[in-house]
Amino acid sequence: MATVQEAVRPAATQQAQPAIEVSHLTKAFYDSEGDRVTVAVSDVSFSVARGEFVCIVGPSGCGKTTVLRILAGLEEKLSGTVKLHSATPPAMVFQEASVLPWLTVCENIAFPLSLKGVSRARQDARVRDMLALTGLTEFATARPHQLSGGMKQRVSVARALVDDREILLMDEPFGALDEQTRLVLQQELLRIWETTGKTVVFITHSVDEALTLADRVLVMSPRPGTLISSLTVPFERPRDVVEMRRDKRFWDMTYEVWRLLASPARA
Amino acid sequence: MSAAPVTLTEDELRRLKAPARRERLFRIASYFSPLLLLLLWELSSQFNLIDRRFFPAPSAIAGTAWRMTVSLELFQHIGATLRRVGIGYVMGAVPGIVMGLILGLSRPARRVLGPIFAALYPVPKIAILPLILLIFGVGDASKFVVIAIGVFFLMFYNTMGGVMQTPQIYMDVARNAGATRFQTFRRIAFPAALPSIFTGLKLAAGSSYIIIAAAEFLGARSGVGFFIWASWQTFAVSRMFVGIVVISVMGYLTILALEALERRFVPWAKH
Repeated sequence: MATVQEAVRPAATQQAQPAIEVSHLTKAFYDSEGDRVTVAVSDVSFSVARGEFVCIVGPSGCGKTTVLRILAGLEEKLSGTVKLHSATPPAMVFQEASVLPWLTVCENIAFPLSLKGVSRARQDARVRDMLALTGLTEFATARPHQLSGGMKQRVSVARALVDDREILLMDEPFGALDEQTRLVLQQELLRIWETTGKTVVFITHSVDEALTLADRVLVMSPRPGTLISSLTVPFERPRDVVEMRRDKRFWDMTYEVWRLLASPARA
Repeated sequence: MSAAPVTLTEDELRRLKAPARRERLFRIASYFSPLLLLLLWELSSQFNLIDRRFFPAPSAIAGTAWRMTVSLELFQHIGATLRRVGIGYVMGAVPGIVMGLILGLSRPARRVLGPIFAALYPVPKIAILPLILLIFGVGDASKFVVIAIGVFFLMFYNTMGGVMQTPQIYMDVARNAGATRFQTFRRIAFPAALPSIFTGLKLAAGSSYIIIAAAEFLGARSGVGFFIWASWQTFAVSRMFVGIVVISVMGYLTILALEALERRFVPWAKH
């Protein structure tokens, strides 16, 4: 039983400089019609090491997506600090179909590069690499409406990787997919992560998915969302998403996380 | 494809395909039903069941149309109308689309300028025709302007609606990819609004022909509208019908052309 439960605050022993440092982050929404204030995220602090794969799990509405959107700069924080130690802004893989329907697969992947005036030749070379990396080569000229949900999410991942940013933020990217497709994509994502060495923050409501992918799992409580635990996932890499389900520790940890989610007061 | 699974019997296949076969029959029938109406009209007119002075037989109208085509008289009117509609349409559509995109994307612009457009939109375009004739004279300029006004509002509202219905996620994608405001405008808002823009273009084409007909009734010496009005004044009913058919066909063909463009430029939308 190798479940290591850390303090919520980053441990002082963290050697390298972290890629992401979040402290006392709070976010609230104000509904002027009903004159109602909703605290979405309350006093969240955590850090992510360079090259680390961190999953944030929590029930829906716990503000995990809000945390990610703040990291991505898509949402303003109310208070606290967010520090990203990276030369490039983070890339985001979105929840639902975020693939632009008027562009082909290639054009979708090239989108971030095309905005920055990268030469055609370099765009094509980069897109070719991404197609190969994500297994989309045969679909290069397809249009999104011809693709399955899983294929669309591959496009999203390829697009987020194309301009090679250091931090990858993933907002329940496989949430809408069926179980089999999801497993295949998880394995693919692990392979890609191992070859690119990016810092990843991955949001999911699936405990299973979090344990399959992450180095560390951050558990959030229901609204107002706050961190209740940080668990180190001990499985060696590279991982086999199917084989690891034979490991007893996988189920022990699943139980541990469920226990935390079921009664946040205990943590 | 005729790769029939071996496990199905002839009878099963026949029943499986029956609805599709029936659908084909209906489609063929749908081509002929308008012709049936024409035939009914022809016979009623021939046998004096309807007043031939008001409803000349389709064959008589066709004869008139043929003579007018041979004498090239028709083409002069078609040309004049097409020119007015074409120029007025572009004059209205381009600013309509641009303003629709701007107000659709910018909340402040929508708050400030929106009420102005909302106040002007309900004014019937034909009601202000005399005013426009007064300002721009009886020449072609007044026709361009009245069509442009009608087209502008349809394009403006359809484009703005299209932009505002753009899923937020596309905007987020653009922002995360580092798009500038102008890039978001051109690469996201415009394509996202294209299906609505085409809806607007088709509606605007229809209303352009309504407006031009009315405008040519009142103040023109050429054009299909003028021709219909002149035929009425000389009680040339057969010629009047030719005019009506011609302007209807012009409208129909315009819509067909726009639909072809739509399939070409909006291949992702359902048609």
